[in-house]
Order: sequence, then structure tokens, then C-alpha cells
Amino acid sequence: MVRFVIRRLLQMVVTFAGATFLVYALMFANQNDPIQALAGERPVSDAVREVLTERYHLDEPFLVQYGYYMRDLLTGDFGTTLNGRPIGEIMADAWPNTVKLALLALFFAVLFGVAAGLVAGLRRGSVFDTSTLALTLVVVGLPIIVLAPIAQLIFGVKLGWFPTTAGARPSLYGLILPALVLGAASTATMMRLTRASVAENVRADHVRTARAKGLSSRRVVGVHVLRTSLIPVVTLIGVDLGTLMAGAIVTEGVFNIPGVGSKLLLGIQTEDGPLVVGFVSVLVVVFLVSNLLVDLVYALLDPRIRL
Amino acid sequence: MSDLGTAAAEVAPAATEAAPAGGRSRSLAADAWYDLRRNWIFWVASALVVLVVLMAAAPALFTSADPTACDTRRQFAGPAGGAFFGYDFQGCDVFARTVHGARASVLVGVLAVLLTGVIGLAFGMLAGYFGGWLDALLSRIVDVVLGIPLLLAAIVLSKRLAADSQGSGIASVVIVLGLLGWTTAARVMRSSVLAARSQDYVAAARMLGAGPWRIMWRHILPNALAPFVVVLTITLGTFIATEATLSFLNVGLRAPAISWGIDIATAGKHVREAALPLVAPSLFLTLTVLAFIMLGDAIRDAFDPKLR
Amino acid sequence: MTEPSHSWDTPTAEWATRPGRATVTVPSSGEHLLDVRDLRVEFATRDGVARVVDGVSFHVDPGETLAILGESGSGKSVTAQAVMGILDTPPAAVRGGQVLFAGEDLLAVPAERRRQVRGQEIAMVFQDALSALNPVFPVGWQITEALRARKGVSKAEARRRAVELMSMVQIPAAAQRVDDYPHQFSGGMRQRVMIAMALAMRPKVLIADEPTTALDVTVQAQIMDLLAELRAELDMALILITHDLGVVADVADRITVMYAGRIVEHADVHTLYAAPAHPYTRGLLASIPRLDHRGHGLRSITGSPPSPLAVPHGCPFHPRCPYAQQVCRMTAPPLLRIGRLDRASACHFPPEALDARPI
Repeated sequence: MVRFVIRRLLQMVVTFAGATFLVYALMFANQNDPIQALAGERPVSDAVREVLTERYHLDEPFLVQYGYYMRDLLTGDFGTTLNGRPIGEIMADAWPNTVKLALLALFFAVLFGVAAGLVAGLRRGSVFDTSTLALTLVVVGLPIIVLAPIAQLIFGVKLGWFPTTAGARPSLYGLILPALVLGAASTATMMRLTRASVAENVRADHVRTARAKGLSSRRVVGVHVLRTSLIPVVTLIGVDLGTLMAGAIVTEGVFNIPGVGSKLLLGIQTEDGPLVVGFVSVLVVVFLVSNLLVDLVYALLDPRIRL
Repeated sequence: MSDLGTAAAEVAPAATEAAPAGGRSRSLAADAWYDLRRNWIFWVASALVVLVVLMAAAPALFTSADPTACDTRRQFAGPAGGAFFGYDFQGCDVFARTVHGARASVLVGVLAVLLTGVIGLAFGMLAGYFGGWLDALLSRIVDVVLGIPLLLAAIVLSKRLAADSQGSGIASVVIVLGLLGWTTAARVMRSSVLAARSQDYVAAARMLGAGPWRIMWRHILPNALAPFVVVLTITLGTFIATEATLSFLNVGLRAPAISWGIDIATAGKHVREAALPLVAPSLFLTLTVLAFIMLGDAIRDAFDPKLR
Repeated sequence: MTEPSHSWDTPTAEWATRPGRATVTVPSSGEHLLDVRDLRVEFATRDGVARVVDGVSFHVDPGETLAILGESGSGKSVTAQAVMGILDTPPAAVRGGQVLFAGEDLLAVPAERRRQVRGQEIAMVFQDALSALNPVFPVGWQITEALRARKGVSKAEARRRAVELMSMVQIPAAAQRVDDYPHQFSGGMRQRVMIAMALAMRPKVLIADEPTTALDVTVQAQIMDLLAELRAELDMALILITHDLGVVADVADRITVMYAGRIVEHADVHTLYAAPAHPYTRGLLASIPRLDHRGHGLRSITGSPPSPLAVPHGCPFHPRCPYAQQVCRMTAPPLLRIGRLDRASACHFPPEALDARPI
């Protein structure tokens, strides 16, 4: 088990290094005028040019620049935006909102998705099964840029059940609609995966053995089928985090939630290079760490892969 | 499960031997086509796909209005004449814009999927067939690309490409999607190749002196193709959705290109004044994405022996 | 059209006991511990209805070992699962017959009663222990799961019993391995775990469905010996399902041969091997390679078993039978007693088979 963890940590370090290098290279490598690139389309004065050159070590070779960047990143110094605001500060403000939103979305996804998938998997071909299957198919195909504005329109504006925007300090209630929207695609995929997993496991040999032992249906399903069916679902949570992160950018924008996603979007639209790179790097770290956690949980659930 | 399998399995192969009646012998592809033909989802999805492709290739078939003939005096006007969805913020015919918007989406989707397909095929095939250090190296590359969620990487890359080039950005978006979206296809191809490689017919071919390329092309590829095509079909849907999202966020296509993403973004801002400009591109985008995903799903289900 | 097979009366006390085997206790009332009568199971497939079990009858009593012998697809596993009541009922359907356990027809009782009997009175051991055991729970947990869930045995006591059971099936270092997972055991050890699991509730009948097919030859012998010992020790009835003639010889008391969902022959083990009364059995025995036949070609039965969807009219074996006559193509032979009380054959011409050159 320990060896497994160490191996995964090493993999993670390699992937982290590779991913951040990729991001950094994409932003800064081989540019004719890196300062202009940093500033986007805004004109740059000579004074600003000097400051930026010094701050970003632009007079040094690329790899050295990357070295500085990594060192800063690892010590928690995310640098400052083009306007001079420390990125770390912006992040500290934005993260809690996004974390609340994402966790809430994940919670809904697991709650509705797994429950629906379990029932559908056990009752394949029933009305419930076919209708939820159709519904999840539509949801999976519905891009979040469509779902978010329309949900806001229907449930916020027209029906008035939820606030249309979340505001500066969003309450939990204000986050429910955005969380449902954000988690919709995950709910759908989780439901389908649980359904397929359950349907497959219900016919598995070890379930047949459990029945042969004369165990009650409730126990056979609740203990044997569920336990083995949930294993792939757990890995899906890891994959879904990436989709959640991406979806958060859109959701926070539409519902006006001051989180990581909307700040990132703002940075993109104002062409604030350092902010974009800084935020994306952090998101990469979060993504990798959560994937690692998911893998660990997976190893805990499935003893066969603990080598 | 094994017993039902035995009983059912005995039905098929035994039928081809002694007993003439009782069961037609079927190949996997023939079985899959049989299932596919009777699946109404397959037909609906295919019809939608044909419709969208037609719309992309020949928009004139659907609307005679000019999407760029915008008159601000008609801002937010309701449906009139051939403008089934009214007029948007700039006074453009929403329906005409939506119909013409299909071209960008389909073009981007198809080109990006082709690029993804080539990269994924190469990676998956090489990693799966040769294994060893090549596999390890390629898997690490996959990990790195996967380490950044698609949209984030697309945003960063798009910004970079946009800084370097002008124009409506179709090429950039295609490159972005193609370079970042091949990982699932590669993994699927790799596992198919791994499974096929250990089969006896590959060993037989090798024994007869076939070189690795021939084996890969003639023996492994045909068997690994079905799940790969399924992934590509679904990826097409995902790409169309991602392109729309990138355009929505202002990092994908931009004017003068007509994209559903752009239209949704502008319409979303003015949704209290008029809902129709939001509805049309949303509807078309959703149906298109759904069509490809459904198609891929239907094909996958048809080929899946576990669902018999 | 198949006439119903005849069940035979209780064997008399002159039923031989062999050295080393427990004496068979015979219920004097004529009621067998497990009595399967005319069982029929159908499968609904895309190409029609398959009659996988087509009028099968057998019985077994405490202390004896019945072997059900047949090739893959003969319906033997489905028969066992139908007795246990664990068939997936679509696509399978039990269409007729009775499964009498101590006089009670399990096919006619409510599902709850059926479940009570399952595992408790009749237990089953499956072929592939790796897939039959749940991969995510330790073996000790699985062995005593029924005890804990159905009998309310405490966790501590269950653990003790698990170790006891594992020792009984001769798993070394049982106390240390009780928390290990199935994939950490070798094939033979896994099979022992399955046997321990089946025996945990002290069933009266143990059905072993191809328990050694997935194992190496040397391990096969060990497992068969273990089953024989346990059967004797616990005075159970053992039903052994297999396709392997070699495995059966040492352990079985009586053998029932199945073909295409029907019973074609039934006899005690000595008689079956010495003088089979059905061409199929004769063919099976003749196809075993033997050292003293060196230099002769290998013999096999021509053709293959029929698909359950298209069982030949008349005798199902007639397309492959060297003695087939017109009547064999027309009428299915009923399972009739031959000679001694406990011998039967479903052949129109059993003397032909008997008189054929002895093996």
C-alpha cells in the first residue's frame, strides 16, 4: 500500500512538472515581444516595460525564467497581476466560493446520480430506467453554456425559486441552483455509470454465490452488488472534477459568483497573462491532488490493486 | 453468469456445426448491425446528423435570409416571415444566423476529430503494440495532457494562438481541440490493441513472418476499430460543445465567423429583453451535440456483448 | 415426444459398501433426501426457446455421492442451479417437475421458504473460485457471512469459526490467512475457501459444480479427496457435476449421464465403467486415452452435441450413434430400468451397447 502511494506521488510530481511547464511554455516561450504578450493588446510604456522585465526575469534564458517561476509557485508566491494586485490575495478571496460551489455540485451529483443509477440498474427496461436514461442522455448532451442561462431564466427569472445571481457573499441557498447546473452533467454520467455497473454486477458470479448462500435480496444488493459497483463510480469522481472546474468558469460567470472561475474568466477577457497562468497552475495542482486522493480511495475500495 | 453464458454460447457456435436449424451464425458486425437497425435512437440520431451536415454544407436550403444583413431598427423584433426566431440584439435574423452557424461548428468538429483521430490512433497503436519504454513514455505524455482539464488548456492555448495570428480563428480552435482532445481515443485504441495483440491470430501472423506494420494494419486495426470509432463519434459531439464554450468565453471563434457559442453569449446578456435569440442557437447546439453522442452510444451498445 | 422417465425404488440393503466409504444410510420410507423429478428448464433466446433441461430425474441420500456427468451444454449446471433456485428467471424459466427436499417441493413453496433452504440445507460450490468469490471482502468474512447475517453469530465467534472451517478444508496457517483476500490465494486454496464457505451452515446436500475443472491435475486429486473426506465426516449427500470421467471414478457411488438436457444412463460406478449400457457412455469411456492402447488411434465420438434450440427428433444422440436405427430417429427412448434395480438407460437397444466389445 505504501509503495502504491509513493509511486502515485512520484507520478503526480512528474505530471505536475510536465503540465506546469506546458502551461508556462504556452504562455511565454519563443515570443518576439513577451512583454507585449503579457499585456495583451494594451500598449506598454517604457517604464512599465522595465519593471516587467525585471520582475519576470525576461532578460534571462527561458529555462531560467521557468526555474524562477517554479520556485515562486512552490513557495506560494503567485506573483502579481498586471495591475500589481497580488494574485495570492485574489485567490484567497475566490477559492472558498468555488470550493463551496464545487462540493455542493458533487454532492448533488453523487446523491441523485448514484441513487437513480442503482434503481435503474436493478430494474433494467422498466419505465424508470428508460425515462431516466433518456433524461440523462439529454443532460449529457446539453452544454453548460446552454443549461446555465436557461436554468437561470426559468428558475431564477420566470419562476423566482432561486436568486438569479449569487452576489458577493453567496449564501448556501443562493448556490443551490448554480450547483445543480454545474453538477448536472456529472449527475448524468454518474447515473449512467452506476446503472451499467450495477446491471453488470447483478449478473456477476460472486453475486450468484451470495444468492446461493441464501442471503436476503437486500443484503445481496446492498452489500455485494453495491460495493463492487461503486468502484468505477469513485474514479469517475476524479474525472468529473476536471469537468467541474471547467464548468465552474461558465457557471460562475452566468450566476455572478466571485470564485476562481469567474476571476479566471475576467483575467482572460482583460488579457492578464500572469493571472491566467497563476490560476491555471493552481487549478492543475488541485486537479492532480484530487486525482491522487481518488486513486487512493480506489485502492482502499478494491484490494486487488494494492500491490 | 457463466452458466447462462454457456447456455447462450452453446446456442450460437453449435448451430454452425451439426444442426442446420436453430440459429443463424452471425459475426459480431452483423449482430451489431441487426441491433442497430432496430434501435430507434440510432435512426433519430442519424437523421439529426444528416440534417446538421446538410445545414452546414448548404445553408441556402434552409433560409434565404442573409445572416449579416443586420438592421438595428429591427432589434429584438419578433418572428416575421422566414425569421422564425425573430431578430437579435443587433437586428440580425436569428434563424439565418443559427443556420449559418452550423457550418463553423461542423467544420471545426470534423476537422478537430480528424486531427484527434490521427494522433490518438498513432499513440494508441504504438503504445499498445510495442509496449515497453515506448508505452511508458507515451503514457506519461497522456498523463501530462490529461493533467490539465480540457477547457483550461484550451483557454490558455487559444490565447496563445490568438496572440500569434489573426482571422476568425477556425484553424486555432481546430488545432487546440485536436491537440488536447486525443487522450481518450488513444487510451481506447491502446487497450484494444493490447487485447488484440495477445490473441492467437496475431501470434500466428508473426510466426508466418508478417512484420509489425502489416500486423497492426491488417490484423489488429480491424478489431480495434469499433470502440475507436465510437469514441471519435462522441468526441465529435464534445468538440462541438467545447468550441461553442470557447466562443462563448470569447477565446474561440470570433467575428466575422458565425458561431452558436458567440450567439448564445450575446443572447444570454439580453435574455430579459428577448428569449428567442437565446433559444435558437441553444436548441440547435444541444440537438447537434446530442445527435453525435446518441449515435456513438447506439453504436457502442450494438457492439457490446455484455448487453445481450 | 419424450415419455417421462421412471424413478426407481429405494435400493436394497445389498447395495455394496466399499472399504473406506461410509455406509449408506437408506431412508426406509422410500423418501429420498433430495429427489428431483422430471425437471424441465427452458431458456428464451433470440432464436427461439431452448430446452436446456428436458425431463431430468435423480435422487440422492445422506452419505452418498452422485455424479452428474456430461459435456458442456448438456444442461448439468443449469440443473444444479434450478435445484438451488438461483437461475436468472428471465431468460430462464422452470417449466415443470418437482424438486423434493425431505418431501417438500421447493418449486412450489414461496420464495422466502426457498431462500431459507438455500445455503442452509442445500449448498453449492462453483467452478471458478476467483470469480465466484467477492474480490473486495476477506475470505474469513465471506466464509461466515451467512452465519452472521442469517444466524446472528457475533463477529468474534464468526471469526473463530472461519478459522475452524479453513482448517477443516486443510488451508495451512488458517489463523493468519483468515483476513486475506481471494486473489491472494492459489487456485486450489481458493477452491477450498469456497468449500469452507459452503459448509459453514452445515448443509445436508452439497452440490459441487465442476469444482476441479479450473485446477491443475495434482490439485484436482487433492480437492476430490477433500470432498470425499468431508462428505464422510459430515454425513452429507454430495452431488458432483463434471465432464471428467477420470475425476469421478474414485469418488462417486452412482453416476448419472446427461446428454442434450436429458438423462441417458444411470448406474453405480463400477457397473458404468465396466459395462456401459448406452452408446454415448460407451463412446465417452472409449475416448479416454489409455496406456494399454498404445499404438491404436485415438477414438472419439463423431460430431458434436446438439444446440438446445435444435435437439434432434427422436433420440437426441442418434446422429452420432453407431447403432442408430429407424426407430431411433422417430421416437425418443424413455429411461428404462435395465436388469438390476439401480440401472437405467435411455436407449432403444441397450443390449447392443452392453454386448459391444468390452473396453
